[in-house]
Amino acid sequence: MSETQIAVKAEAPFRTKHTRKRKTVRKLFSEILAIILSLIIFGVPFYFVIVNASKDTKESSLLNMDLPSSFQLIENIQAVMAAQNGMIVRAFFNSMMITGFSIAILILVGAMAGYVLQRRTSKMSPFFNFLILAGLIIPPAIVPTIWVLDGIGLFKTMPGIILVEVALNLPFTILLYKGFMATLPKELDEAALIDGCGRMRLFFSIILPLLKPVSATVIVLTAVGVYNDFVNPLYFFPGAENATLQLTLYNFSSMYNTQWNLLFTNILLISIPPLILFIFFNKKIVAGMTAGAVK
Amino acid sequence: MTNLTNRSYTYYFLLPAGIIYFVFFLLPTIMSFFFSMTWWTLTDWKFIGLENFITFLTEPSLNIGFKNTIIYAVVTCLLKVILGLFLGVFLSQKLKTIGFVRSMVFFPTLLSTVAVGMAFAMMMHPTQGLINTALKIVGIAGPDWLGDISIALLSVALVDVWKGVGMATVIFIAGIMSIPEDYYEALAIDGGNSFHKFWNIIVPLSRPAMNSVIILAFIGGLRSFDLVWAMTKGGPGFSTDLIASIIYKQYQGGFYGLSTAGNVILFIVVSALAFPLYAFLNRKEVDL
Repeated sequence: MSETQIAVKAEAPFRTKHTRKRKTVRKLFSEILAIILSLIIFGVPFYFVIVNASKDTKESSLLNMDLPSSFQLIENIQAVMAAQNGMIVRAFFNSMMITGFSIAILILVGAMAGYVLQRRTSKMSPFFNFLILAGLIIPPAIVPTIWVLDGIGLFKTMPGIILVEVALNLPFTILLYKGFMATLPKELDEAALIDGCGRMRLFFSIILPLLKPVSATVIVLTAVGVYNDFVNPLYFFPGAENATLQLTLYNFSSMYNTQWNLLFTNILLISIPPLILFIFFNKKIVAGMTAGAVK
Repeated sequence: MTNLTNRSYTYYFLLPAGIIYFVFFLLPTIMSFFFSMTWWTLTDWKFIGLENFITFLTEPSLNIGFKNTIIYAVVTCLLKVILGLFLGVFLSQKLKTIGFVRSMVFFPTLLSTVAVGMAFAMMMHPTQGLINTALKIVGIAGPDWLGDISIALLSVALVDVWKGVGMATVIFIAGIMSIPEDYYEALAIDGGNSFHKFWNIIVPLSRPAMNSVIILAFIGGLRSFDLVWAMTKGGPGFSTDLIASIIYKQYQGGFYGLSTAGNVILFIVVSALAFPLYAFLNRKEVDL
């Protein structure tokens, strides 16, 4: 042992006592700083929306942060619900249908594809991987998609928008399933096949139930993605009858030009479903998003 | 045995996914190359060669989209990487309130882009808006965030960063958390300070996370449309028009061929930048 090391050792108790004290102070300081900063940058916009959604039209037109003189949130929600013969209710129904069916189809179709792509390796594998990567990077061609939808009679229909959402979300979903399949041992399939289990039954009654954790991730991520999607419904699901929540909000913005309290109420209402998802599936969402990103 | 099992995974299982992917994504993408060279009304088309592309590249109201798209993608990507890295380092500490702060930073990622865009458009109102009112208290005359041609694009980009930095942050946190403790111990023995810790350990070893953030943010920025559309609709003038918003405008105007040419150009821009970037980043990746 060299001299300096001994010196350090002798000094150690004295130093740690001091540094520990300094560390606690610094920790406390950075903790307070973190809360204040995150409250200002990320909390103020939420507060701003909530406060203005609770005001009457005159007060909200000032666009300030003051508390409302009379609490109007319930009345505002009723007004938004009633606008344009309950457009937002129909939009809510449409959004839920699109999201629900997209999730169901994505899970079934994506799991089947991810399963085979992970298990079977052949000369075709690089080609399939390329298709997945291409699907993640390439922006979809808009008008040609309308042309295809129109050609098979699905333009402006619910099945049309659902199938487009599925097609655009498939690459990421397959990637998630493929990644998880790698953690399930191949011996499992062999044992099942030796026991006389058919290929269909092997997948549907053995593999698919085991994929539950990824399916949960797919459900949450697709729910957020499709629910919040603005661009695809804008192009492929136009028309007054066909409103989704995002389109309704967009259209309301010109209608509510003078009634900002109602616009804020609409923004608030539209943010509730993601908030509920976030409260219950916070960890799942973060894990799913990072898992996909790191690959 | 291997052969038997390989055959037990029938490629028929790929059919449903393959058909949906082909019909609703691949086929339109392939057809876009043809239709971009036509004068097109969905029912009728006339071949006009490269005319649409020439229009797109020479018309000032259209080719401004290139410049804006690149600026937008670079600015949002850079800010997300830098802020995401700092937030990631900060939020990897063991603080009592860390869960709360992390949630605050991450939650905007899950919000609707349209809702965020509208709320911020209100807050960026030049005279009454929250931001300028706050700046006035400090004695600064805030600019007209969305009305001034020279800064409107950057204002939208800042909102994009506000919404997207949470995603970058959680990726960085995952990367930083996976760095083994040994490195920090070695540094402590060698007497390094917290700057050394950041610069010599965290930055190089969270490279895989950084690469993911760069790729995701850059491609996302190039393809961006909804935020710009919700906040400025490409204005004032054409100062915030991105390639994707020009595609929409041409579609609205009924210029389907021109709109599709825009799609092909966006495809080329994204591929020409994203694939080499992807290859470059993966080549230099450090293994832990």
